Amino acid sequence: MPDYNDFLSRIYEILKPFAKHGRILNEQSELVTELGLTSLQVMELIEQIEDHFDISVPLNILPDIRTIRDLALQLEKLTN
Amino acid sequence: MSLFDKFKPIVDIRAELAKLGVMPFGAVTEKLLSSTEAIVNGHKVILAGTNNYLGLTFDPQCIAAAKQAVEEQGTGTTGSRMANGTFAEHIKLEQELAAFFDRRHAIVFSTGYAATMGMASTLAGPGDVIVLDADSHASIYDGVRMSGAEVIRFRHSDAGDLEKRLRRLGERTANTLIIVEGIYSMLGDPAPLADIAAVKRECGGMLLVDEAHSLGMLGAHGRGVAEAAGVEADVDFVVGTFSKSLGAIGGYCVSNHPELEAIRFGIRSYIFTASPSPSVIASTRVALRLMQERPELREHLWNNAQRLYDGLEQLGFQVSPQVSPVVAVTIKDRNQAIAWWNQLLQRGAYVNLVMPPASPTSDSLLRCSVSAAHTTEQIDRIIDAFATLQPTSMAAAD
Repeated sequence: MPDYNDFLSRIYEILKPFAKHGRILNEQSELVTELGLTSLQVMELIEQIEDHFDISVPLNILPDIRTIRDLALQLEKLTN
Repeated sequence: MSLFDKFKPIVDIRAELAKLGVMPFGAVTEKLLSSTEAIVNGHKVILAGTNNYLGLTFDPQCIAAAKQAVEEQGTGTTGSRMANGTFAEHIKLEQELAAFFDRRHAIVFSTGYAATMGMASTLAGPGDVIVLDADSHASIYDGVRMSGAEVIRFRHSDAGDLEKRLRRLGERTANTLIIVEGIYSMLGDPAPLADIAAVKRECGGMLLVDEAHSLGMLGAHGRGVAEAAGVEADVDFVVGTFSKSLGAIGGYCVSNHPELEAIRFGIRSYIFTASPSPSVIASTRVALRLMQERPELREHLWNNAQRLYDGLEQLGFQVSPQVSPVVAVTIKDRNQAIAWWNQLLQRGAYVNLVMPPASPTSDSLLRCSVSAAHTTEQIDRIIDAFATLQPTSMAAAD
């Protein structure tokens, strides 16, 4: 089973294009307000995670996710 | 922080559009000239952005039935179907819908939104799973959010992705509801229902299909994509609306499951709202009959769809992936789409402007919908209006 760090590193990988202007992604980076992801891009991020780890991520967890850390924690909770 | 802060993006775009004198959202139809022509925002236009697919809104028989119902039964029912709002005609329409769809049970709702949202929010609940197409209508998303069920999306019209997600669920497919649409409203693309039904047969689950944009258009009897694909037996619930091909307002769900009669009393959007007005039920009943008696309406509709699709494609526009009564032109630049929408209106064609997040991608759409009532000449005038469009900036909008 993938753990928190597995999810974290995958999220960093996928979000690389959003680390513009020398910004360094960290666990506190906020997906929408800081990195500027649209709702469509959030869903694409989720789809890429789903494909990579062969999991389905319920939409129900989305309201609890603001930061990269929130997402990695929810994914860990979901799979363990 | 204020309650209103979250509305700032809407306030900003409204201000931007107001400055340019463009009002694409909430354009005012000042006078209807027929089912296909009107005065909108001061311009005489051909209506190419309605969902009046069969053009029945001005049918004399529908109007006569509505008038008679108003005179005999009044303007409204003033009550819920569960209280005083069930008239004999509501029951008759349910029986007629069940007969038309060759199903045993039917429920009539006050709007299509209430039907879809109500079924999606009630069929599955906490502990259950809903797997829905990613491009589902807002009424479906609202419903599944209210349901309390675990909600999983699959990639739009990708039966393989649906299968993957159902397999991941394992035995939980026993209490899983799959939701798809027949024809998707924005691009007019039909669901690959034969493939989806095959996945459902293989993996389990129940299947609900929203045929809002396909009723009266596809299948030997006009029952929609499920009939056209020959998989009606695999579809547990069909939902839809009276506000498109039947030219009124209201919605329905039909099913062979006898449980539907009990489910009816668990649907909050059915119980806690007034039932459809007598005039609406009367015109819908006639329209449902006319739809069956006049298969030529469907033929006109598809001829018009093909003509508009070909015309816009020949002009070089990026049209929907396949011909359907919804012909959507994709435009990458939002401001270009706004400017063109405005120019089309001024040149006599009303179409729908769709911008993200209402569009399925980050692109904008000029969404056209055709009607059986459009004449060939009107379709050509719509194409001619598109032919005048040139790349332009908002500042250059007329």
